[in-house]
Amino acid sequence: MNVIVLSPLDLGLAGALVIVLALISLRMGLHLERQLLLAALRTTVQLLLIGLVLKALFSQVHPGWVALMAGVMLLAAGREVVGRQKRRFTGLWGFGLGTLSMFVSSFAITVLALIVIVGPQPWYEPRYAIPLLGMLLGNTMNGIAIGMDRLTGSAWDQRTLIEGRLMLGQTGQQAISHLRSESIRSGLIPIINAMMAAGLVSLPGMMTGQILGGSAPMDAVKYQILIMFLIAGGTGLGTMTAVWLGSKRLFDERQRLRLDRLRKG
Amino acid sequence: MGTVFKLVDFGCRGVEGLNMELAAGRCLGLTGPSGSGKSLLLRALADLDPYEGRMFLDGVEAVRMPAPQWRRKVALLPAESAWWHDTVAPHFDALPASWLEGLGFDARAMEWQISHLSSGERQRLGLLRMLAQRPAVMLLDEPTANLDPKNTARVESLLEGLRRETDPVMIWVSHDLDQLRRCCDDIMVLAHGRLTALDEAAAGDGGDRAPEVPRL
Repeated sequence: MNVIVLSPLDLGLAGALVIVLALISLRMGLHLERQLLLAALRTTVQLLLIGLVLKALFSQVHPGWVALMAGVMLLAAGREVVGRQKRRFTGLWGFGLGTLSMFVSSFAITVLALIVIVGPQPWYEPRYAIPLLGMLLGNTMNGIAIGMDRLTGSAWDQRTLIEGRLMLGQTGQQAISHLRSESIRSGLIPIINAMMAAGLVSLPGMMTGQILGGSAPMDAVKYQILIMFLIAGGTGLGTMTAVWLGSKRLFDERQRLRLDRLRKG
Repeated sequence: MGTVFKLVDFGCRGVEGLNMELAAGRCLGLTGPSGSGKSLLLRALADLDPYEGRMFLDGVEAVRMPAPQWRRKVALLPAESAWWHDTVAPHFDALPASWLEGLGFDARAMEWQISHLSSGERQRLGLLRMLAQRPAVMLLDEPTANLDPKNTARVESLLEGLRRETDPVMIWVSHDLDQLRRCCDDIMVLAHGRLTALDEAAAGDGGDRAPEVPRL
């Protein structure tokens, strides 16, 4: 099967849709036109750039370049996690906690999938490694950001309750156990919903892309199933790690609730 | 030979350089203007906030004891009690029926929905929950602030009875000087980070009311 290659004109026609939308926004006074055009422009520039990077990366199969790319992706995801929290940990913890959790979960699972399951030669073959890691990081990032936001936000709101439990002689982890479970649950719900709806309500983007790119549907489906499982594993592990580390950080060695370790995001 | 609660060069956000020794059965009344740090002092004594200096219970320093154990022995009754189960009962391990009756409840109170409790009921049940842990030191933060005179009298008499029976150390924070005179052995005033005996604080005012104590 041959892929139908898109010409700049094709993209331009699709882009016209955004321009029409911007004009309507202007007309209706929605004040969205600037943001819309900026977002469309950013999408174009960022994706073209990453296309160039991937092109270079795929032609130069070298572990160093793959590692560099993976590192940049991780740091960007770490920044995103911090940015999405209403109350974040102060100092290095704010950035370090989410980033470390993503590193532990996404990287471990990507490496596992590459070596044990997919098995490209060499195992760090960027054509497999980078897209896999990208999808894992993107989803793990969501889970961790939601879980951490929930943990720190509700610890702040429920201060009286948590300290009430401490006063009765509970440890910090006992006093916050209900928040810990809720935070992990809220981080995992998106991927559970995605697995529930996959194929029925939504055709997952990766699979659709592969089919558009010329793969046989059953091959694309198998990759999608693999990805879903990996994402579930990565998101679960990452969210649990982040929430566990975060719940430790909320208390000091004397089991005091230390909300002074949080600041407004 | 009962409990001794001892502070050495104790400091926290509410107070500085506090040295004090309270023997079993002593009840210290603590008053002072709003915002003077009375509640902060009680929180630090329960080891809920960082503090400077040292605290001892029966010769054992606080840092030598796991914090949960310290808080069960040096128990804080906060002005606002927190509840996390739907009904009253799961918050208690065991509670003598006489205490429940002493505060005007009967056994059915255990089945009540938390969301239906009045502030006065929450305060009295919160007190019972703290007492049920049999603490050696009780830190009472305005234990009758939400109560009518009848229930205030019940609380005072229950605590008085417990003092005779089990000899706990009590630190009782209140704005009600008459209550402190009824229930406590000594009364001190906390203002500007310092504790002074009520008599000394009042001496400068020429009356029996501390200058820093709000007129009631």
